[in-house]
Amino acid sequence: MKVKDVVERFDLEPMAGKGGLDREVRSGYCGDLLSDVMANAGAGALWLTIQSHKNIVGVAVLSELAAVILVNGRRPDEDTRTKADEEGIPILGTARSAFDTAGLLFDAGISGTGE
Amino acid sequence: MRRYLADLHIHSCLSPCASLDMTPRAIVEMNLKNGIDLIALCDHNSAENVGATMRAGRRQGVSVIPGMEINSQEEVHTLAIFDTEEQALAMQEVLYAALKGSNRPDIFGDQVVVNEFDEVEGFNDRLLIGAVQMDIYEVVREVHRLGGLCIASHVDRPSYSILSQLGFVPGDLELDALECSRNGSPESLLKTLPPPEGRAPALLTSSDAHELDDIGTASSWFIIDTPEVCELALAFRGERGRRVEIRSGTG
Repeated sequence: MKVKDVVERFDLEPMAGKGGLDREVRSGYCGDLLSDVMANAGAGALWLTIQSHKNIVGVAVLSELAAVILVNGRRPDEDTRTKADEEGIPILGTARSAFDTAGLLFDAGISGTGE
Repeated sequence: MRRYLADLHIHSCLSPCASLDMTPRAIVEMNLKNGIDLIALCDHNSAENVGATMRAGRRQGVSVIPGMEINSQEEVHTLAIFDTEEQALAMQEVLYAALKGSNRPDIFGDQVVVNEFDEVEGFNDRLLIGAVQMDIYEVVREVHRLGGLCIASHVDRPSYSILSQLGFVPGDLELDALECSRNGSPESLLKTLPPPEGRAPALLTSSDAHELDDIGTASSWFIIDTPEVCELALAFRGERGRRVEIRSGTG
């Protein structure tokens, strides 16, 4: 499944980094501590978080994540959007909570381990 | 006793997110231009540019306090300030032992170690933007053990602050002061904090400067005898005539 398929299926709002919508999704991860995400999210993961500052893009690039989903209606900071556009890391928005979003993704076959 | 106009939160080019223009002499000169005569250099998890900035400050009449901005396990930012470069470097050793990973300059930015003449001495290759594997209580305990003071950084901000990460300021956490960010309102911040058990926490504002133009955007007055940690501690507690006054307005 590609990021753009997830966007379409779950009505997510692409808010930045649209150049990366063709990235392949392999798994999912929830977390608001960047150090935890860096340590545990696998390459190709969709990352669900409430953090909206610029460092989320750095973490996504470093860990080769598929995309970042900002939950609870959070919006990315302006410098986050700029950096995400540069790096081609999609930042997607949803009004749903992390719990509900993860539930939907899990039902669609995306798991934490990618298996 | 005299009044110092102070900015206790300034980054140098060692911080990956800071501008490469933030060199010791440039920082000192920009503060002089803004009438600030007491600063603390607080790079992320490191004090490697502290000595150079202290020497640059001495030459031009700005007191430079050695410090660092520690990113704890909870991703709470806390300023640690000391009297001597040796104390700051001792704290740095504690942090380095608890900090994993290598910097990726292409993602996070360069971490430049410079001398007091603004010449490049080398690059730090640790992941300074990362979190040390120490909780906030350990951080405060270690800073106090080494004779320093702890100031919770930009507590009003939605990321990397004690309020964003812990939800409230724990009553048993022995912070010496709380910092309000340059865009925040100290008055509304005090209203959001629960009533303190003892006295109200000392509040100060600082610039958290990452670029030269940030310098002077926020500062605080310290009415103290000498620019030393023991005097700042008295000012935070409002004892023996020492005190902190938030400077209203910006610029």
